[in-house]
Amino acid sequence: MTYFIDRRANAKHKSAVNRQRFLDRYRTHIKRSVEEAVNRRSITDMERGEKVSIPARDISEPVFQHGPGGKRTIVSPGNKEFVEGDRLRRPGGGGGGGAGEGGASNQGEGMDEFAFSLTREEFLDFVFDGLELPHLERKALVDLDEVRPVRAGVSRDGVPARINIVRSMREAYARRIAMRAPIRRALREAVEALEVEESKDPVLRNPSRIAELKAEIERLEKRLEAVPFIDTYDLRYNNLVNQPQPSSKAVMFCVMDVSGSMTQAHKDIAKRFFLLLYLFLERNYEKVELVFVRHHTAAKEVDEEEFFYSRETGGTIVSSALTLVDEIITDRYPPGQWNLYVAQASDGDNWDDDSVTCREQLMKSLMPRLQYYTYVEITPHAHQALWEEYESVADEFPDRFAMRQIVEAGDIYPVFRELFKRRAAH
Amino acid sequence: MTRRKPIATGSDWNFEVLEAYERELACLADEYRLDTYPNQIEIITTEQMMDAYASVGMPVGYHHWSFGKQFLAVEQAYRRGQMGLAYELVINSDPCIAYLMEENTLMMQVLVMAHACYGHNSFFKGNYLFRTWTDASSIVDYLVFARKYVADCEQRHGVTAVEQLLDACHALQNYGVDRYKRPSPISAEEEARRQTEREEYLQAQVNMLWRTIPERPVGEALPGSLDDGEDPLGLRGGGRYPPEPQENLLYFIEKNAPLLAPWQREIVRIVRKLAQYFYPQRQTQVMNEGWASFWHYTLMHRLYDDGLVDEGLILEFLQSHTAVVNQPAFDSPFYSGINPYALGFAMFSDIKRMCEAPTEEDREWFPDTAGGDWLEAVHFAMRNFKDESFIQQFLSPKVIRDLKLFTIVDDDQDEMLEVTAIHDERGYRRVRDALATQYALSVREPNIQVHAADIRGDRSLTLHHVQDSRRPLGRSVYPVLRHLHQLWGFPVRMESIMDDDSLGRRIQWPIPDEETK
Repeated sequence: MTYFIDRRANAKHKSAVNRQRFLDRYRTHIKRSVEEAVNRRSITDMERGEKVSIPARDISEPVFQHGPGGKRTIVSPGNKEFVEGDRLRRPGGGGGGGAGEGGASNQGEGMDEFAFSLTREEFLDFVFDGLELPHLERKALVDLDEVRPVRAGVSRDGVPARINIVRSMREAYARRIAMRAPIRRALREAVEALEVEESKDPVLRNPSRIAELKAEIERLEKRLEAVPFIDTYDLRYNNLVNQPQPSSKAVMFCVMDVSGSMTQAHKDIAKRFFLLLYLFLERNYEKVELVFVRHHTAAKEVDEEEFFYSRETGGTIVSSALTLVDEIITDRYPPGQWNLYVAQASDGDNWDDDSVTCREQLMKSLMPRLQYYTYVEITPHAHQALWEEYESVADEFPDRFAMRQIVEAGDIYPVFRELFKRRAAH
Repeated sequence: MTRRKPIATGSDWNFEVLEAYERELACLADEYRLDTYPNQIEIITTEQMMDAYASVGMPVGYHHWSFGKQFLAVEQAYRRGQMGLAYELVINSDPCIAYLMEENTLMMQVLVMAHACYGHNSFFKGNYLFRTWTDASSIVDYLVFARKYVADCEQRHGVTAVEQLLDACHALQNYGVDRYKRPSPISAEEEARRQTEREEYLQAQVNMLWRTIPERPVGEALPGSLDDGEDPLGLRGGGRYPPEPQENLLYFIEKNAPLLAPWQREIVRIVRKLAQYFYPQRQTQVMNEGWASFWHYTLMHRLYDDGLVDEGLILEFLQSHTAVVNQPAFDSPFYSGINPYALGFAMFSDIKRMCEAPTEEDREWFPDTAGGDWLEAVHFAMRNFKDESFIQQFLSPKVIRDLKLFTIVDDDQDEMLEVTAIHDERGYRRVRDALATQYALSVREPNIQVHAADIRGDRSLTLHHVQDSRRPLGRSVYPVLRHLHQLWGFPVRMESIMDDDSLGRRIQWPIPDEETK
């Protein structure tokens, strides 16, 4: 007796729980590997998993075993030239062990490391572990334009496409029972009366009464049949109401100074920072749009390629970029529907009088509309006017404005973590 | 015999074709008197196969990180192409569950059905170890029970607590089997019903044993002084407890560990029961694989002889079969110990050869087998032996010559290795003895037993390791003792008994203070 069962459609990840348990157990090891990987990897490389190694002794499952030493007899196949009584030097010089000592340890590569791969999701989980988006308590529902229809019971009117058949039929059934009941009762009485009349002695029968009853029965049966199977007021419709939704869309403005003082190394650092932020946003919102704004003395919206790789020279006016961002928000991204993030990278240079303008622009028009503003200054040198002005903005909006200095590529990830580390609820 | 048309050609398969081949295999199996459990053949994907692999083939298992580790290791090896997934996995249950991977070719599917559904399956049903020690009909139910019980414990007592307990039990699971006593059959229903009962009873037993723990007001009575009527275990007699050494460490823990809560005892029991279930498999690797390979070889050839498979398929089969039963020489880079498929297949084929075409040598070495009915002979061998005794009984000079087996003695008191026997007249018996010993579990694993539990004193537990051929315990003894200490709750000692019965190294956990200083 044999059965074939096709299990291919069954749930695939039967081991998912066990896998997760393993990852949890060795969290610290894995995190270390992940941090190293983030700093080592090239920018375009964030989107894949990571190979992680853990020292095998840390995860071994010990059992009682024979140690090396003592006397043992080993049987091996494939004798070529040995004869009984041959004496051989120990291979590798180690005491004991040698060939035939359990298959497991001889197989595969070195067993000092237990290596395995994290999936992309798992990798990013570890990258962003313990981080959270500030102000993720999304905008108050009242000023949201985004709605989603949700089921809200049944109603008596609606469009035919939304007829709830089960409920409608049930209503019809109930109505039919209710409407037919009195007719049936009258009919039963009439039938009984007729039987009584007909069972009487022929002499005593009242023919006119019989005719009357028969007419009555016929009339009632007609009425019974006339009760409609379904009627317009039986119909029920699935009711949908529009519920305001917290926005699941975010837009991220990448603002970068491309003046002569920004070298390619600076831009690479900035790019990594932007990428981390993008990945992080992507995990929290269904849809993330990117807007690249670069500036020297004038600001311009560009595509990604141009943003990172074209060179410009000249001075720097940061406020030009802020003005452009402001315009783009007003034109295309109403704050009611979009969560707005701005990440700015610069080497700290700015036109002398412009920093004050920047501060005013931020305070007055930008900050009230943004979820979060991060500013990273990529410079090993002392801060300039822009940093100082921004510090006063940070004082004003401590929850939503963050700024840090990055000196070299290795700082990016720590700085990023610091900017987004989970804060205690206030 | 009339040649029939091939059921299918090419490498694609579908369910009708598989069913048709399965029917043919069933007829042939019947002809060869292969008695099997009903087959439940499941078609699964690669990923599901890796899942199944990671849980040591158990169709349902409780959750534990070590299975996750196993999964990651399998996945990694598979992705790198280091390892082809075993194309078959079969579970000793009734019905016998066998997995076929969807991307296998038609040949593979037929081969796996022959190998697993008729080879392994009939071995599970026929071999005396499996008949004695496992309950094929109840294992799946028991696994379901175990999974649910462990999950419930995780809910009630936290994942970490359960995980640590399982870690400790796993470390000892090879010592969680009764070697000589048939275990009582397991049944999920029974387990669930009796489980509460047992909890109370067990606790009562333990309480009785540990009544010596001073809980009375100071000064009333010395610890250990029981009333006469209250001493059913003869504690006052002063004898050692347990009176006989105990080889089943987990059983001893389950029944006697002073501090375990009832649910913890139950989990110890679950691990122990599962270890017991796998115990026969660990002792019949060569036979089991050899038997299955012998039958897939025989059945596939019959299919070909009857014309049910074409040349293409049988060639593909032969290539695959040759790879499976290949035995690399000891100095080959591919060598990783003796291949159980190769050895077992060679031995079963040799039994058949001895019956059909006996030589003088065979008549001298195997007077009972040579020239007899081969089918009878292989069935007899399959039913009544385990690896150790099977090799002792049936390893013929011809197989030793074919595989060119030789023995080397590795003695740490000797600077050189010595070749003590090769495939010649003087060596056959010694090679055979050595190989049989190599497959004896009692030699492969250190001999460790519970010697004494100091129930009147510091409640420490003493184990004895009886050394064999001066082989010491490996370093893993420390972590394992630590696990044992977690279960026992009081100091744990391991004493080595040397070959001359003198007391050797003594290890204690936790390590006493004076040693750490």
